[in-house]
Amino acid sequence: MATEFLKSIVFELNDEEYALPVELVGAIERIMPITRIPGVPSFVKGVLNLRGVVTPVIDLRDRFKFPIQKETDASRIIIIQHDDKDVGLIVDACYDVIDIPRQSIEPTPETVGSVKIDYINGVAKYNERLLILLNIDEILSDDVLKEFNDEK
Amino acid sequence: MEMNEYLDVFIEESKEHIQALNDHLLTLEKNPEDVSIVNEIFRSAHTLKGMSATMGYQDLADLTHKMENVLDAIRNNKVKLTEKMLDIIFQAVDALEAMVLDIIDGGQGKKDVKQLVNQLEAMENGESVETTPPSTSDSLEKNLEIDFMLDDFELTVLQQSKERGYKNYQVTVTLQETCLLKAARVYMVFEILEKMGEVIKSSPTVPELEEEKFDYSFTVVLVTKDSKEDVQAKINKVSEIDTVEVKELAVRAYDQDDQNVPESIESEDASVTEIEPSESSDQEKAKKKAQLSSKTIRVNIDRLDALMNLFEELVIDRGRLEQISTTLKNNELQETVEHMSRISGDLQNIILKMRMVPVDQVFNRFPRMVRQLAKDLNKDIDLQIFGAETELDRTVIDEIGDPLVHLIRNALDHGIETPSLRESKGKSPQGTLKLNAYHSGNHVFIEISDDGAGIDREKVLKKAIGNGVLTLEESKHYSDQQVFQLIMASGFSTADEISDISGRGVGLDVVKNTIESLGGSMTIDSKYNEGSTFVIQLPLTLSIISVMLTEVKNEKYAIPLSSIIETAIVNKKDILSAHHQPVIDFRGRVVPLVSLTDVFDVPGDADEDDFHSVVIIRQGEKMAGLIVDSFIGQQEVVLKSLGNYLTDVFAISGATILGDGQVALIVDTDALIK
Repeated sequence: MATEFLKSIVFELNDEEYALPVELVGAIERIMPITRIPGVPSFVKGVLNLRGVVTPVIDLRDRFKFPIQKETDASRIIIIQHDDKDVGLIVDACYDVIDIPRQSIEPTPETVGSVKIDYINGVAKYNERLLILLNIDEILSDDVLKEFNDEK
Repeated sequence: MEMNEYLDVFIEESKEHIQALNDHLLTLEKNPEDVSIVNEIFRSAHTLKGMSATMGYQDLADLTHKMENVLDAIRNNKVKLTEKMLDIIFQAVDALEAMVLDIIDGGQGKKDVKQLVNQLEAMENGESVETTPPSTSDSLEKNLEIDFMLDDFELTVLQQSKERGYKNYQVTVTLQETCLLKAARVYMVFEILEKMGEVIKSSPTVPELEEEKFDYSFTVVLVTKDSKEDVQAKINKVSEIDTVEVKELAVRAYDQDDQNVPESIESEDASVTEIEPSESSDQEKAKKKAQLSSKTIRVNIDRLDALMNLFEELVIDRGRLEQISTTLKNNELQETVEHMSRISGDLQNIILKMRMVPVDQVFNRFPRMVRQLAKDLNKDIDLQIFGAETELDRTVIDEIGDPLVHLIRNALDHGIETPSLRESKGKSPQGTLKLNAYHSGNHVFIEISDDGAGIDREKVLKKAIGNGVLTLEESKHYSDQQVFQLIMASGFSTADEISDISGRGVGLDVVKNTIESLGGSMTIDSKYNEGSTFVIQLPLTLSIISVMLTEVKNEKYAIPLSSIIETAIVNKKDILSAHHQPVIDFRGRVVPLVSLTDVFDVPGDADEDDFHSVVIIRQGEKMAGLIVDSFIGQQEVVLKSLGNYLTDVFAISGATILGDGQVALIVDTDALIK
């Protein structure tokens, strides 16, 4: 049986490596000016002008409740296009595209770092690297936004 | 296959033709005698048939074909148009629409139309769907209907033969159902007929008969010297014949009815000559209309959107250029940029106009809907439409249909009473529903008014108290407007009974929300027992708006000019406090102040200035003052949404991109006035 691969983009966040399916990614941008939006959860950094399209940006560190860090030169914004939603994700650094063999993907261990299980589809070991596969639906789910609005 | 390329065109055109069918059928209903309308309908049906056959939608083609036949029969005065027939034709058009919708959804446009086809066929054959009038020997000649039209030549032949003492018969032969060789029997019958006289015409046609393309019966027109009985007896000699019916054909009767014969002697009657000029002018009008409509070209809305997007980019660059030229203060540059701004302003107008479509596109389906609803509800309703030519942005048009349908259904169901009830109230039994669209300023207004029962203030209040929305005490102080606002709250319906048409309580609130999401508003005016008017106010366009750009700390916010009354500088000591709410006295009115810094939690040091820049905004009757740090100026900006991720941000209606490429948020002023 031929090995099936999951083409993924790998990025760094809080010294760990994460992966997202490459077909979700519309672009990778350097940090650009972001306009703050009032009245939204803190992980929504604001909106930026992506070639004429107003695109919301999520700080993944904040979203995963990691310690907040100022963006560096290595920081990138990964533009995700999924389900009619265009959203930018701020990550610490963005490396390369990797073909992850499907059979190397294992279900999520009970706890990985401090990230809530929902965001994670599984973990893959690849050449001595541990890649955490993210679930984009959960990250972009509007439940969190609704919760936030309800609390207000 | 490359059919996909044509599919869009097909769908677009089918929709148009179906609409045309509906429109013309409605006109026809009012003037059943007008052949020019039948011609229009026929033309639409014919085109539709051709298109659908080319595209391979057989069911669609079949149904239109049958419709065409019926229309043809009507057009040639073969069958008389009855209300029942119109109903069936309407049903057929509905079926056509359903099929086209199916095709739009990616289906094959298949639908079981057998029943309709049969009904249409029956109509075509003049078997009047109702009951055929009993043919007394006296009226026989006049009521006689034949299953096919006779052209002028054939009519002349019949006329002449009659003058020469021949007799014209319509012979209907029905074969036994067990008949095996139908074509052979037909041949034998024809041989006998030819011996007796001459067959002028047959239905189905002779080639069709030879190919056995008929059920069991066929009809011919025979010119002969033999008597009725002889003809019957002779044909009956052929075996496997079930029945033979021979009727005398009255050519004169045809002559009179046939509008293709313009000047029969009888038409010298004064009343007829009066009608004729108006008829011809109608036809001329139709012609003129056809010529006018041919001057447009069809452009895919996607292309217009693309054009709009490109232009939006241009507007952003224009803003940037203006900014650069003001900083550089180079005369030549400034002149050029100014010129460019003017041109792009004109360009903007043209592009916006291109996206404007007459509201008729939405209105045109209402006559049909009202007709049907009125029938279902047993109400007599006169629908009057005004201002159908009023233009609105395409995007608004697309969204406004459903809310309007809802309001009209409401008006018909709850508003206008049944004829008997109306009479008992001393009103005309026929209810009037008015639909009026007009421009005013930067807005388009659509009014839906009925002369029905109106809103029962007490009933609404009772219901509201029953629902626990307000107390009896509060209800006494409610103004009429406040009461009307109540019925727009969700889950509110005053209909005593839930009907298919409306009254389930999901309704006006949805309508209100849709309209508000389009940047519009809805107001209600009603007098008990006199009727209600719903007024919808909509923005002309959704994409480019004028704003006042303001600065709050380091952030920029755009406030739509349409909701600004004026701007003011207010001294700190003029700010009063009313129950911990800062207010100012603005031209004799007490206006509450809202600090944008507080509302939007803008980070930064507190402002120590003695003067506040205030933007006075209003929504309806209410006003408020927004405190900002400074005014930047007025600008035309392109309204952009925040995307699908952030759908519900408080007091922010969207964003725009400024000349320097930064995003500025647009303030939703309505949310700030509560």
